[in-house]
Amino acid sequence: MAENYDIIVVGAGHAGCEAALAAARMGCQALLLTLNLDAVAQMSCNPAIGGLAKGHLVREIDALGGEMARNIDATGIQFRVLNTKKGPAVRASRAQADRDLYRARMKQVVEAQEGLDLKQGQVISLVVEGEGVAGVETRDGLRFLAPTVILTTGTFMRGLIHVGLSHYPGGRAGEPPSEGLSDQLRTLGFDVGRLKTGTPPRLDAATIDFSVLEEQPGDPVPKPFSADTLGLDRPQVPCHITYTNERTHEVIRGGLDRSPLYSGVIEGVGPRYCPSIEDKVVRFPEKDHHQIFLEPEGLTSGEVYPNGVSTSLPVDVQLAYLRTMKGLERVEIMRPGYAIEYDYVDPIQLKPSLETKLLRGLYHAGQINGTSGYEEAAGQGLLAGINAVLQVKGREPVVIGRDQGYLGVLVDDLVNLGTKEPYRMFTSRAEYRLLLREDNADQRLSPLGREVGLLTDERWEKFSKKLVDLERGNERLRTKRISPGNHEALDRLGLQGLKNGASLEELLRRPEIGIGDLDFLDAELASFSQEVRSELETEIKYAGYIRRQQEQVERFRRLESLEIPEGFDYDTVSGFSAEVREKLKRVAPRTLGQAGRIPGVTPAAVAILTVFLRR
Amino acid sequence: MLSLDTIVAPATPPGEGGVGIVRLSGPRAVDFLGTTFRGNTTITRMESHRLYYGKLFNSDEERVDEVLAVIMRAPRSYTGEDVVEIHCHGGTQILRSVLDLFLKAGARMAGPGEFTQRAFLNGRLDLAQAEAVIGVIKARSERASRVALDQLDGHLSQKIYKFSEQLKQSLALLEAHIDFPDDEVGALDLPGLLAPLRKISLQVDTLVGSFDVGRVLREGVNVLILGRPNVGKSSLMNAILGESRAIVNEIAGTTRDTLEEQLVLAGFPVRLVDAAGVRDTDDPVEQEGVRRAREKAAVADLVLMVVDGSCPLTGQDILALELCRPDNTLVVVNKSDQAQNCDLERLVGFPCRVSVSAKYSLGLDDLSEAILGLLKGGAASSEGEEGVVVTERRHRDALLLTKAALKELLASAEDSAPLECLAMDLREALSALGLITGETTPDEILDQIFSQFCVGK
Ligand SMILES: Cc1cc2nc3c(=O)[nH]c(=O)nc-3n(C[C@H](O)[C@H](O)[C@H](O)COP(=O)(O)OP(=O)(O)OC[C@H]3O[C@@H](n4cnc5c(N)ncnc54)[C@H](O)[C@@H]3O)c2cc1C
Repeated sequence: MAENYDIIVVGAGHAGCEAALAAARMGCQALLLTLNLDAVAQMSCNPAIGGLAKGHLVREIDALGGEMARNIDATGIQFRVLNTKKGPAVRASRAQADRDLYRARMKQVVEAQEGLDLKQGQVISLVVEGEGVAGVETRDGLRFLAPTVILTTGTFMRGLIHVGLSHYPGGRAGEPPSEGLSDQLRTLGFDVGRLKTGTPPRLDAATIDFSVLEEQPGDPVPKPFSADTLGLDRPQVPCHITYTNERTHEVIRGGLDRSPLYSGVIEGVGPRYCPSIEDKVVRFPEKDHHQIFLEPEGLTSGEVYPNGVSTSLPVDVQLAYLRTMKGLERVEIMRPGYAIEYDYVDPIQLKPSLETKLLRGLYHAGQINGTSGYEEAAGQGLLAGINAVLQVKGREPVVIGRDQGYLGVLVDDLVNLGTKEPYRMFTSRAEYRLLLREDNADQRLSPLGREVGLLTDERWEKFSKKLVDLERGNERLRTKRISPGNHEALDRLGLQGLKNGASLEELLRRPEIGIGDLDFLDAELASFSQEVRSELETEIKYAGYIRRQQEQVERFRRLESLEIPEGFDYDTVSGFSAEVREKLKRVAPRTLGQAGRIPGVTPAAVAILTVFLRR
Repeated sequence: MLSLDTIVAPATPPGEGGVGIVRLSGPRAVDFLGTTFRGNTTITRMESHRLYYGKLFNSDEERVDEVLAVIMRAPRSYTGEDVVEIHCHGGTQILRSVLDLFLKAGARMAGPGEFTQRAFLNGRLDLAQAEAVIGVIKARSERASRVALDQLDGHLSQKIYKFSEQLKQSLALLEAHIDFPDDEVGALDLPGLLAPLRKISLQVDTLVGSFDVGRVLREGVNVLILGRPNVGKSSLMNAILGESRAIVNEIAGTTRDTLEEQLVLAGFPVRLVDAAGVRDTDDPVEQEGVRRAREKAAVADLVLMVVDGSCPLTGQDILALELCRPDNTLVVVNKSDQAQNCDLERLVGFPCRVSVSAKYSLGLDDLSEAILGLLKGGAASSEGEEGVVVTERRHRDALLLTKAALKELLASAEDSAPLECLAMDLREALSALGLITGETTPDEILDQIFSQFCVGK
């Protein structure tokens, strides 16, 4: 007899865990099925969370009530804020994780979650009823039924691992692939494509001479990702830096004839922003060295992750080129690097809710949509989880705007552009970047997280207090003035020439004055949290730019608010070229703004569409 | 605005030429051909883009002409719709009856530029090309048509694409330094990044400045003939018209209070406005006359201020002169056939003078040369480099926006604003240019980054 659930999530990766947790936390009965219970939330590649644009995503996940930020805070072993020398909008948090702890903690959270069952099992097919999904079947012959299913199969569908010229089926090193599912999806009418990614070898720490290498410590005061985290008490460990050199490159060139990438064995498209070391050497021959970070895999693990030498060369070549590098002269490989090809489903076949257009109740999230990265996956998983619940409850789906978050940019890009190569987030993909900062992720998204029921009362109170503090802080800055007669203060600020006095806000606009410099002038201002203070500073220092960006958003929203009715018949519009018509039909945009973002849909076509919608 | 109907128009100018072409565009173009054309191949079997021989018949089964017909099926046609072209015999009469045939069948006569408009709406032309085509249609002189063609084969487009390439390049550089660490992209050379943008900002300025020339070429130069009564304004007008062999159009002046003539003078399309027809109301001594004359002088590109060389200046001459600006006024000293007795030294500040005899058509070459000199010295000299001029207001507006954004950018850099703020200014500049060239997607910028930098771990 089949068991019944509200929501079934297939795959307990980063997307799947978020989806399942959100579903259960929002009050649904959820099942999380995965291939291997010992690999829940496994970090397939880099043992790190965050980074440029990805740190933003993690903060957004936290603002919505997701788990990723709390998980990395609890298991991180080195925290750093990147881009500190650049502007406030592109500063981003990154943390090294203890891989085993990260996985173990997420599993515990999932296990402890009420309303959520975690089971091992390989889903081999979907149960389809009419135009909707109705459940799944596992290889063990079990059947689970639910009106909504979220597929988060990562790199597993028809996964094929390449090391040198040998290759074998696998979803990740040491794990089997998922067979059958993607064939069924293809039969159901989905566009299933093939992508590729790769990972570096893992090194034996005991065979590395760290004493000759430059050390890269974390920040002296580590900053957590989650607003729930009170403190980070785990010991922080350093990374180390080494470089490739001409000899390394020579060895690599010498091994290219046995590279699956250069001998044409691999068909899948790889990520350009995550090139393998052989790719870097071939494409940028003029670069005589590449920087490599040696990252610890954990506090107790003896493995080291060499960030920057992802490869699918044969193991003997991997070892040979590694040994040309400083500090790695005697290194041993514990797990070889490899490339993996896998099936993905073109996300152009998704609605902005991440529900598929073809099968009601079926959602896709994570790498199955052609994205790459834990954070991208987790964000989608969370959103798919939320929307599946809303569907079960008969409510309208949540769509996050491009002006509201990187998560909005991510999903909008996926559903409008589709993916032809692995998609990763960059800050440059966001047109309203100045508004999408890490520091205001909660202001952008927590109200939504609260509304759908993912934020606890405690968390909501904390957030509300932040809003009050910001308001109060702004008021202090505006009203508190310093008079021209206050020589002591002026001397301290180096503003001897000030004639007319000024408000603290005016002082803060000066490039040379930071909010900390004003502490002695206002005790209340000094009493706010670091987070509140730095946000106050940013909002004032960049007020001009922020206002301009808000005006851009206003314009954007106008087009965004012009809805195209569902099922609109593009064949009745005669002014379109066949190409434009085909694209519009394929994407079926929800708004005029979205229509305009589909590549190939010309401004003239949008104008025509406007005319038709107005009638 | 939407092509729900099928339009028809002659594609060759009417006249007694050898071949005339009638063009149809729209959903029923092929149908209309089917009802009128008989050839060896039936309509349904005619291949796209191939000429077929046959005969046209009207609804009374009378033969209209022997023709060649070609079907160009959507979207591979000029307008992006089904297009049919009929190559018939070129006489006006035949063209007319072929047209009538299709009008009767249900086609509608195309408005000016409507084919082009459809081409644009169907995405067959970019905005700049479409506007240039319309420019060609409207061009009323050799000179204007040269500028229009330049634009069509993309001189303006090319220039603007060059700008946009550079902006993209700079933006990619900037974004690379925002999205990737220094160890992968190297340290940012900000002055090096700004230098080409400074240059573009100046070039955009020049292009914007060329807009007035553009307008002149499009709409014609507005030349006003001014002077007190009886100084010889109408004879001057007639003399100029007599000289000009290229009268383009005559707007009947009888019902208006000014006489306007269009002609090509020294290569410029000129709209000559004569105050002669205004009778005495245009007389500067009269209050009303002064007001009207002042209004006209204010909008004129060039004022021909006529005085009588045979007698001293009068108070009315001086009154008229006061309405003029020295930089666009040419003093025409008329009646050079008579003894000269004018105290021209009183015209201080109006150095451009030329002597003519309107009555005997003397000195007219000097006059055109002087007019040309003034026009070139004014508007024409601000032509952009390589003779690229902006003729569309919309282009000018986009360029103005671009310029403003670039100015913001340079100011932001001056204030050491963070890179993402500079990028915001640069994106604005790029999207302003995009109003002419089409948008730049973030993916294009990423493409540039990946092709130039070895980024990613
Ligand atoms: C070799 C390799 C290299 C990578 N390199 C990079 C990189 O350089 N940069 C980067 O950003 N990202 C990289 N990634 C990607 C990153 O690991 C993923 O983007 C991220 O883990 C995707 O999360 P996910 O939740 O979509 O899928 P995954 O984390 O892959 O999780 C999928 C889960 O689904 C389960 N599953 C699959 N099929 C079934 C089934 N039929 N039934 C039940 N359970 C199933 C699996 O057991 C697994 O637990 C790499 C991944 C791999 C494997």
